[in-house]
Amino acid sequence: MTATAAMIEVVRLTFAYGGRPALFEDFTLTVGQGEAWAVIGPSGCGKSTLLFLLAGLRRPQSGEIRIFGEPLRRPRPRTGLILQDHGLLPWATLRENARLGARIRNFYGPDGRHAPQEGVDRATALARVDGWLERLGILEYADQYPSQLSRGQRQRAAIARTLSLDPDLLLMDEPFSALDAPTRTDLLEVIGRVGPAAGLTRVLVTHDIEEAVLFGQKILVLGRGVNREAMVLGGRPAEGQAEQDAEARAALRERLLSLLETKP
Amino acid sequence: MTKSMNPVSALAGLAMFFLLWQVTAWLIHTAILPGPLTVLPVFFRAFAGELGLHFLASAGRVLAAVLLAVVTAVPLGLILGQAPRLDRVFAPLIAILYPIPKIVFLPVIYVLLGITDVSKVLLIALIIFFQILVVVRDEAAGLHPELILSVRSLGAGRRALFRYVYLPAALPAVLTALRVSVGTAIAVLFITEQSLTRHGLGYYIVVETYQVLLYPEMYAGILAMSLLGLAIYFVLFRFEVRLTRHVRLAAG
Repeated sequence: MTATAAMIEVVRLTFAYGGRPALFEDFTLTVGQGEAWAVIGPSGCGKSTLLFLLAGLRRPQSGEIRIFGEPLRRPRPRTGLILQDHGLLPWATLRENARLGARIRNFYGPDGRHAPQEGVDRATALARVDGWLERLGILEYADQYPSQLSRGQRQRAAIARTLSLDPDLLLMDEPFSALDAPTRTDLLEVIGRVGPAAGLTRVLVTHDIEEAVLFGQKILVLGRGVNREAMVLGGRPAEGQAEQDAEARAALRERLLSLLETKP
Repeated sequence: MTKSMNPVSALAGLAMFFLLWQVTAWLIHTAILPGPLTVLPVFFRAFAGELGLHFLASAGRVLAAVLLAVVTAVPLGLILGQAPRLDRVFAPLIAILYPIPKIVFLPVIYVLLGITDVSKVLLIALIIFFQILVVVRDEAAGLHPELILSVRSLGAGRRALFRYVYLPAALPAVLTALRVSVGTAIAVLFITEQSLTRHGLGYYIVVETYQVLLYPEMYAGILAMSLLGLAIYFVLFRFEVRLTRHVRLAAG
């Protein structure tokens, strides 16, 4: 794999929820720009917590997270987050939901804190939203409410909402786990496709080995109990390189399976 | 009350109401119960004059009370709903104050604030305040943490969260609470207007007409008060219907 510039540096991070044993202690990790990472581990291992830390929605007790060298203290305007469900406003149509990010940016103006400093004018931002709705195949449902649509369509709307903000870092917390298999494969492919051209760094949290193998160029394996050292496996090759063969994939799957079984 | 009231059914209801009233008046046949055929002409004549002014006075008091209650109870409810620790501190107090019939505070408020419009408005606002406070708090507490997180991840700080999440989430509940409590509010208004004022429908009904045995005029006053309640109810209901489109569409 070619060396890429570091985008995220997690430096000696320690984090625990109030009164509970630490999930991370002295944990260090570096993520290169444009890479696709999968984070896998049993439930309760802290994989979602790590994602929220990277999103700036939680603060570490000690250590720090730097993004492009900047210490992370609050959510960054150019980090996009996609959660499993419940991310859409139930009282707003799909289009209104997808436009929410643009409206929030407009609400604050390009202040560098809530929205990027280089502002995009309103018309462009809104056109971009419709463009994403179309690319994700849900433009025809744009005037319907989330409750009228399937889980897959709702998740597409959440993806459109996030991608239309032109993020440079995309964080996903089991975004496909509530979906049926064909929809999942479909969306996984969509997310896989948007990355490389835009230099978009992607981190996908999952409990599904298959998903991790299909998605991750690098796979971070977390264990129950405190995580001190980052256990990282090389996954699929970077875009543009020869696909790994079925045998390599099967070996990786086996390796992950045994790791997840033996990890304390 | 979800699928009722198109213009046709509203007219039908009104017709039935007047018919029942007229038949009862014919059957009982007493000066104390004039029928709508007698009252309605009196109503329209009076409404164009003095009764209309009393109507405006009462409407002004109710609307002022509604406004006062909304601007105080909504922010407080949102804060309590989002701050579980704070809510735990105040929940017992609210639980005790909530069911007290606020009308009993009438003398207290008169003593403390004097016999003014302000004290009447305040008493009515107090009734509505607790209704709204409780529903807004529960609505804000019931929002999915995932929803808040994902909106925050779009860049929303406190102000944008309030504008795009909390406020639209709480608004339908505020309207329902208003719609339910506006009946009580008008009942209390009626009581407070019976004395110590010279304006308002309560004054008109009790002092200007009932006490001097002007029965058709008294019924005109009662009609006006009913109209006030109905008008507020349906305006609130219309807003509620518009804001909860997504709920009905989901139901099918």
